[in-house]
Amino acid sequence: MSKIDGIQHGDHVKVVKDGKEFFGVLMPTATSDVVIKLESGYNVGFSPEGLHVSLVEKRAHVAAKRPSRSTRPELPRLTIISTGGTIASKIDYRTGAVTSQFDAEDIIDAIPGLAEIANIEGLMLYNILSENMEPKLWSELALCVYNQVREGAYGVLVTHGTDTLGYSAAALSFMLQVPVPVMLVGSQRSADRPSSDNVVNATCAAVAATSDLAGVFTVMHENASDDTCLVHLGTRTKKLHTSRRDAFRSVNADPVARVKFQERSLQFLSDRIGRGGCELSIRPKIESKCALIKFFPGANPDIMNFYLTQGYKGLVIEGTGLGHVMSEWVPYVKEITEIIPVVMTSQCVYGAVCDRVYDTGRDLLKAGIIEGGDMLSETALVKLMWVLGQTSDREEIQKFMRTNIAGEITVDESRTWQTFEELP
Amino acid sequence: MKDHDYVKIGLKAGLEIHQQLNTTSKLFCSSPTDLKDTKNATYEFYRYLRPSKSELGEIDRAAIEEGIGTRRFTYKAYASTGLVENDDEPPMEMNLEALKIALQIALLLQMQPFEQVHTMRKLVIDGSNTSGFQRTALLAVDGKVSLRSGPVRIDTLSVEEEAAQIIDKDVYSLDRLGIPLVEIGTAPDLKTPQMVKDLALTIGTILRACRVKRGLGTIRQDINISIVGGARVEIKGVQALDLVEDIVRFEVLRQLNLIKIRDELQAREAHVRDPIEVTSIFARTGSKILKKKRVWGVLLPGFADLVGKEIQPGRRLGSEFADRAKKKGVAGIFHTDELPRNGISNKEKEALLQFLEAKKGDAAVIIADESPKICIEAISAVIERAKKAIEGVPEETRRALDDGRSEYLRPLPGAARMYPETDVTHIALPREIIERVKRHLPEKLEDKTQRYKRDFLLNDELAHQIARSENNQLFEEVIILWYEKDSGITKDEKKDAAALVVRTLEGVIAELKREDVPLDRLKRERILGVFRLVRSKTISKEGVPEVLRLLAEYDTKTADEAAIELGFIMLSESELNAIVEEIVQSQLDFIKAKGVGAIGPLMGVVMKQVRGKADGKLVNEVLRAKVLSVL
Repeated sequence: MSKIDGIQHGDHVKVVKDGKEFFGVLMPTATSDVVIKLESGYNVGFSPEGLHVSLVEKRAHVAAKRPSRSTRPELPRLTIISTGGTIASKIDYRTGAVTSQFDAEDIIDAIPGLAEIANIEGLMLYNILSENMEPKLWSELALCVYNQVREGAYGVLVTHGTDTLGYSAAALSFMLQVPVPVMLVGSQRSADRPSSDNVVNATCAAVAATSDLAGVFTVMHENASDDTCLVHLGTRTKKLHTSRRDAFRSVNADPVARVKFQERSLQFLSDRIGRGGCELSIRPKIESKCALIKFFPGANPDIMNFYLTQGYKGLVIEGTGLGHVMSEWVPYVKEITEIIPVVMTSQCVYGAVCDRVYDTGRDLLKAGIIEGGDMLSETALVKLMWVLGQTSDREEIQKFMRTNIAGEITVDESRTWQTFEELP
Repeated sequence: MKDHDYVKIGLKAGLEIHQQLNTTSKLFCSSPTDLKDTKNATYEFYRYLRPSKSELGEIDRAAIEEGIGTRRFTYKAYASTGLVENDDEPPMEMNLEALKIALQIALLLQMQPFEQVHTMRKLVIDGSNTSGFQRTALLAVDGKVSLRSGPVRIDTLSVEEEAAQIIDKDVYSLDRLGIPLVEIGTAPDLKTPQMVKDLALTIGTILRACRVKRGLGTIRQDINISIVGGARVEIKGVQALDLVEDIVRFEVLRQLNLIKIRDELQAREAHVRDPIEVTSIFARTGSKILKKKRVWGVLLPGFADLVGKEIQPGRRLGSEFADRAKKKGVAGIFHTDELPRNGISNKEKEALLQFLEAKKGDAAVIIADESPKICIEAISAVIERAKKAIEGVPEETRRALDDGRSEYLRPLPGAARMYPETDVTHIALPREIIERVKRHLPEKLEDKTQRYKRDFLLNDELAHQIARSENNQLFEEVIILWYEKDSGITKDEKKDAAALVVRTLEGVIAELKREDVPLDRLKRERILGVFRLVRSKTISKEGVPEVLRLLAEYDTKTADEAAIELGFIMLSESELNAIVEEIVQSQLDFIKAKGVGAIGPLMGVVMKQVRGKADGKLVNEVLRAKVLSVL
């Protein structure tokens, strides 16, 4: 609104409309409307027709105060890497809607309880909503986590938007082998409200990040209450509700642990790798030209050809039930698999694909499809991207896709020829 | 105090009226707006709240005092509770039904609506809102109403969400959360307690002309009160209109006494020392309250006898100290003006004063708790209040007690508690919409009363009663249907019909309610059905209460079925003739002996058989004819 005679938002102004006067602070808007904050705190809006705005007083510059933090030598060191998202969002005057504007320091200010759990170091990598995360950013993020762990972080918290939290967690799971816990955490209700779940989620994530774990995980509310959070394996995490705090679930696996918020305690719920149980290493390379295709009744198989002609290097088909597409697709699949790998997952979300049961399935197997087992479709896509970043050998690709790398797939070792030689 | 005395001390009072609107769904979600029995809660969940910053980066002082994120709130939810109430889903757009009613109220109060409605979040972190804020939008400003004593300015009208109902400490029920309400704020133009009450009454009458909820708890008043030399104090949550005047009187009394105390404290050069732990003095105390606890105290030089001075009936300056300390988690305070008591001996009192190096004219306050942190917070709160006593009356928000007195609630909230509701886009209210609402404003209750007298021939009392009732819509529906279907209706029949409908809706149904008959099954259609039976002379008006009762008890029956089951279907004239004939024949000797005088006693005998099935007037005519024919 700087258009009005050099008046800026934040200035005290007088607004005259239809002969009535209003005094308040000029607020930024995305339109030509004028919005002022009255002394009572209410915002009121005026359309520009017949409106007169004049300056009463320029805004006073107020420097933001930050509480000084002291380190406590007895506490471990945690790094918080901020990527944006609801956990760190407040109003954006450009659009009037909520966008990511906090950095790691803001998160620490907002959640003072973190300082009682660890000495926190904040690092802002991105400030984006999670729908804007993309594969090359996963690689950068993995490198950032890697550096922090190499420099001695006892654990890492990655604050992340919830929409694609599962994808990023899967990507980090494949790219990184970490001897410490890496916790991806978000919030479903924005940080600018007193009821935000950011405090509970981040606190529980910090508890989990200082626990006896190694690997990449997600931490979110267990249910509607603020009492507990669940720790999920990064490759098994799925967002199953648009808005609820407890939108996240472990799919085809038990949650790894439950964290009690008030008690700051953690209880393990399934097998895990303990802290220091592996070496630190990183393989951040990724082939992002992969696609996830959802099959639906009557879907035209041409879509696969489209991807092929666009130079895609791998496909995941989210089929029906045990992993099916209509018979008409089979010849197309056969042609495509001769050029690029095609992985089959199920849109059922829960359960594994099994293409030995029905004819279409057997035909698909013959056509060269790779069964995705009980992998989430999203995880299978990320895995395919990562595998293609590591190798272009068709047999290796097939083998990697069927091998459990980061807990993403259930494989029965006594039933695969791959390990036949090693069987007793 | 007389009215002119209030004017002399410069009483300035204003009202903030909160009235629930009678919409089908809530302000920002589609859940119903009826209240539930907590027993029927289907699940509960637990949350914490913490103050968040305003868009200008400030944190509201009232919000800070309410909590620092350590209170665990329990929320009781019902089958009809949705994710918006649980703060697990973004709100829907504003309910336009609520907006329209609010606009009607604003226009009836001669206010000027804004051309845009911006929804704000008003920070409230006492747990009464799952989100930690109440959604509110300023709709109109600058109205007025006229009282006998002159005009009063109406400053603001906002549409907002009702808070959740508190049912225990930190336990809330979600049925009430989100019901639309209007908040009407008046200017501080009221100069006497009487004027405050008159204004509440006048606005209440205007509200009842609109679609608002009725009954206890659906309207609440907050009263802003100040006197010259005092301070603005907001007293919240006055539900009964009868209390309004007492609240004002008692608050004026409190401020006058606090001013006297201030003058005395200043004359004595009173001051407040720093807090100090005094646990050792009570090491072997006989007081159960202090035993095994940390005790902290503060010396108040110059405060002797003033801490114990009454400022409202039964409430002393010490009570004000205690209010503040209780907010920090202790059960209360002790001060030397009231010691010895509760097992604290005079010896301990003297030891305390000596330890604190008290001189004559000094007072001391102590508090106790297991936690040193709570002790320090509580004694600091007392110190803060004691310092304010030297300055005079502190600005604050107080809670109304049932008897007209009040207790400290929190500091006055500031503008910092307002944050834009980013999940809701603003609503444009162009002039055409406002003009349209203006053309169809609800009828004022005085006008409605006059119309009922004129059109439906009701007497003053019944017209007044039904006009003010929430049943007035139903009344009009019934009676218009009745008149239309019965073209040959006479003036007297019209009058009787209208009176019957009013007495039924206002009297009979209220009577059933007193007898705990469940009324929720008495839906509009079923009530209409009962009157249809009366109109077609299928049942007599005497049968109405029993049919209604049966309908309330069984929701499967229609009005016709209920009437048949009760045997209330009207007898035809020949059936009535036969019954009367039989009775007359069996009583021939009696009739012969008594002559026309037999009609009275026989009327009772006949009515016993035909009550509810025949109109009394008709029975009398038939009986008279029969008796005369046998004489």
